[in-house]
Amino acid sequence: MEEVMLIPKKEIGIKVEADVITPDSFAGKSAKEIGNLSVWQGPKTYPLSEFFEVIGNGGSSAAETFIRIKGDATRVKRIGEGMSAGKIEIEGSAGMHVGTGMKGGEIVVYGDTDSWAGMEMTGGLLNIKGNAGDHVGCAYRGKWHGMKGGRIVIEGSARHQLGGGMDGGEILVEGNVESFCGIRQNGGLIVIKGRALRGVGAEMAGGTIVIGGKIERFSPGFEYVSMEGSVKLGETELIGEFKKFTGDYAISKRAKGALYVSANANPEL
Amino acid sequence: MAGTTAIKNGYIFDPLNEINGEIMDIFIRDGKIARELSAVELKNAKVIDASGMTVMPGGVDSHSHVAGAKVNAGRSMRPEDHYKANLQKTSLTHSGSGYTVPSVYKQGYDYSAMGYTTVFEAAVPPLEARHTHEEMRATPLLDMGGYLVLGNNFFLMRYFRDGDMEKAAAYVAWMMKTHKTYGIKCVNPAGVENWGWGKNITSLDEANIHFEITPREVIKGLAEINERLGMPMPIHLHANNLGHPGCYAITKDSLKIPDGVKTRQNMDVQWAETRMDPSRDCSVYLTHLMFNSFAGTTWGDCESGVKDITDYINNKDHVVIDSGCTPFGEATVMTGDGPAIHDLYTLTGNKWSNTDVEMECGSGILPFTYLKSNPVHSLQWAMGLECLLLINDPWKTIMTTDSPNGGPFTKYPEVMTWIMSEAFRKQTFSECHKWANDRSTLGGVNRELSLYDLAILTRANPAKTIGMAHRKGSLGVGADGDVTVYNINPQQLDANNYEALLRAFRKAEYTVKDGEIVAVKGEIVSLPEKRTYYSEVHVQDEREKEMLADVKEWFRYYTLGFANYPTPEKYLANPTPIQVNSER
Repeated sequence: MEEVMLIPKKEIGIKVEADVITPDSFAGKSAKEIGNLSVWQGPKTYPLSEFFEVIGNGGSSAAETFIRIKGDATRVKRIGEGMSAGKIEIEGSAGMHVGTGMKGGEIVVYGDTDSWAGMEMTGGLLNIKGNAGDHVGCAYRGKWHGMKGGRIVIEGSARHQLGGGMDGGEILVEGNVESFCGIRQNGGLIVIKGRALRGVGAEMAGGTIVIGGKIERFSPGFEYVSMEGSVKLGETELIGEFKKFTGDYAISKRAKGALYVSANANPEL
Repeated sequence: MAGTTAIKNGYIFDPLNEINGEIMDIFIRDGKIARELSAVELKNAKVIDASGMTVMPGGVDSHSHVAGAKVNAGRSMRPEDHYKANLQKTSLTHSGSGYTVPSVYKQGYDYSAMGYTTVFEAAVPPLEARHTHEEMRATPLLDMGGYLVLGNNFFLMRYFRDGDMEKAAAYVAWMMKTHKTYGIKCVNPAGVENWGWGKNITSLDEANIHFEITPREVIKGLAEINERLGMPMPIHLHANNLGHPGCYAITKDSLKIPDGVKTRQNMDVQWAETRMDPSRDCSVYLTHLMFNSFAGTTWGDCESGVKDITDYINNKDHVVIDSGCTPFGEATVMTGDGPAIHDLYTLTGNKWSNTDVEMECGSGILPFTYLKSNPVHSLQWAMGLECLLLINDPWKTIMTTDSPNGGPFTKYPEVMTWIMSEAFRKQTFSECHKWANDRSTLGGVNRELSLYDLAILTRANPAKTIGMAHRKGSLGVGADGDVTVYNINPQQLDANNYEALLRAFRKAEYTVKDGEIVAVKGEIVSLPEKRTYYSEVHVQDEREKEMLADVKEWFRYYTLGFANYPTPEKYLANPTPIQVNSER
């Protein structure tokens, strides 16, 4: 793989819209050409080289292109948007919409991410070593059909509305989530090893959510089905007793969502 | 800022002048079609070489939801309609967004890119006319006007109940002028009033609550008033029971009501030269026929009822319809038929909004996607095309998608190509559900409309039907210099090559408005001002005075004061009143 290194040059004021930072955009280009790609900052466009020093040339294809951002990209949005192959590593935090609409390839963020990470992705792997913001892997505002495939792994915690409107794919969170995890989910798998606040699986119609910790306020539309000794879903296996619920019947009697919650952490359910 | 332009050597399709593909030059002087230009004028004119290309009058859309409160509510409630469909600002053009319900700037540019120059708003609630005009004023490049929603109006229903037709007519005339609107729109007559109480009406002789008025009385009353006032267009009817299996019956029965009403179009205008009589001769213009022509009893056994209605229309001369085609894909349903949208909500569970406009009418809005895999949607696709292909006389049909209900107007090229190309229809049949073929007659239709027919359905007939043929819809001397040049060589036209047709209709080679070239290959190059038409309808002072006394008496039920009710002319871009029913 050919490596393109992006070194942040300066403090960024208004956040930069950098959907050009993808293996697909960089493939077949020299460092100079990559530096000339356009990004938006507010109402104006600038060359990428305004914000990053570019070292190295793109590979012959997206799959052959590896982008390493050597520093913090907290104020850089849409990194990896729509990428189909190849790899991006961010040695710092990433701004909103990292990996939005990803179709394939891999993104690793060593720091944290802002909101909307992996929004509506259809394939590939998004690995966040730190914490994530709101709306991870969520459908955009206005409709409830979002992520269709791919995998998001968050080693820290995430905030609200993770996996909203999910149609397919997988999201795994080692830490905790806040409210409305899996809201309006239609398919796919969400596994949270830690805690959740309220509205888990609210209005879900299908798919599976597993919560390994305590749920502060359980959604009332779910019905208890059984106690499970362990949960095995595809390649994911969680050992321990889980209470299985189905729902969310608050909206439709035909709902087919499954919600597994840790029996130990939720004795009162 | 009207231009002087010559369009040379094109193949002309001007049905109102019975010109069918002749090679001719079109001359425009100061924005109006002229017989010729002098040598000096020609030297200074813009000249378009239309050799090998199709030339038609600018497109006229006689039914589209483009401006007003419910259109804007559609924008507001659908952020997902905007985030992927956006238009970047240029030094000449405004930014914009929206796929099924574009913002006004984008809408004007998108219509113009396809060769349309005149668009009429299908439904203007009187109380919200001001908002409609603000949006029409901001829409670039399109001459516009709007139809006033009157089919569930408290004042009219009271007059009908009391049998007071003279004052009812005076009221309609006053409302037209007051709100700067063009014609009478009648939506689910008497039914929308019932929806205020959670009910509807499903038959022509069912009386509504409180006013005890039937749809038949409203349709008959409005048709008579329309002709008494000499309105430019016939009543524009959205029939009862829309979107329910079996509704074709009430549609056909509704069309019978204005049969026999003597039409009287009384406008004080300069008429462009046309070989055909450009005045209207129909007493009812029924809209989006497809949505009102389901047969069967449930969504399980439903089928097309279009042929029953088109058989009727083929034997009558008082009806014009527009189709309301559904070209598959995303749409936003928005209509004054509030209960019909609630029914769609219970069917789909999609987000839904509903409005009651006090004393006047209502509306409902819902996002909707027409899927090729869905049996009913596939049937609807076939039915929409049946509406255009089963009626023998093209002067009885107008092509629409009831934009954005059946699909956005940007999909007109698809509909235009389906009606011209059996091969394109066959391709779509192979992609959609078999109900399209099994439950309609479209599979057996091999009719392919010609460019001349298409010009009738998309410019000549819309203009003639709504009473705008005095200046729109033709290339006759004196008409507005609105011209579309399509990159289609009629001599090499191959209906099987539907990809070429789609390409040509999506981006007109040239769009000319008032003699100015406004778009080239879909790109906007200039932005002359547009006009807004409305009917200035005259009635006897005495009648108007009496009627106003009644109106002021009931005005206490409105939440605004009478002085704030009229829509001042300043809300209109280049207000162009048409004198209707004036004494001679």
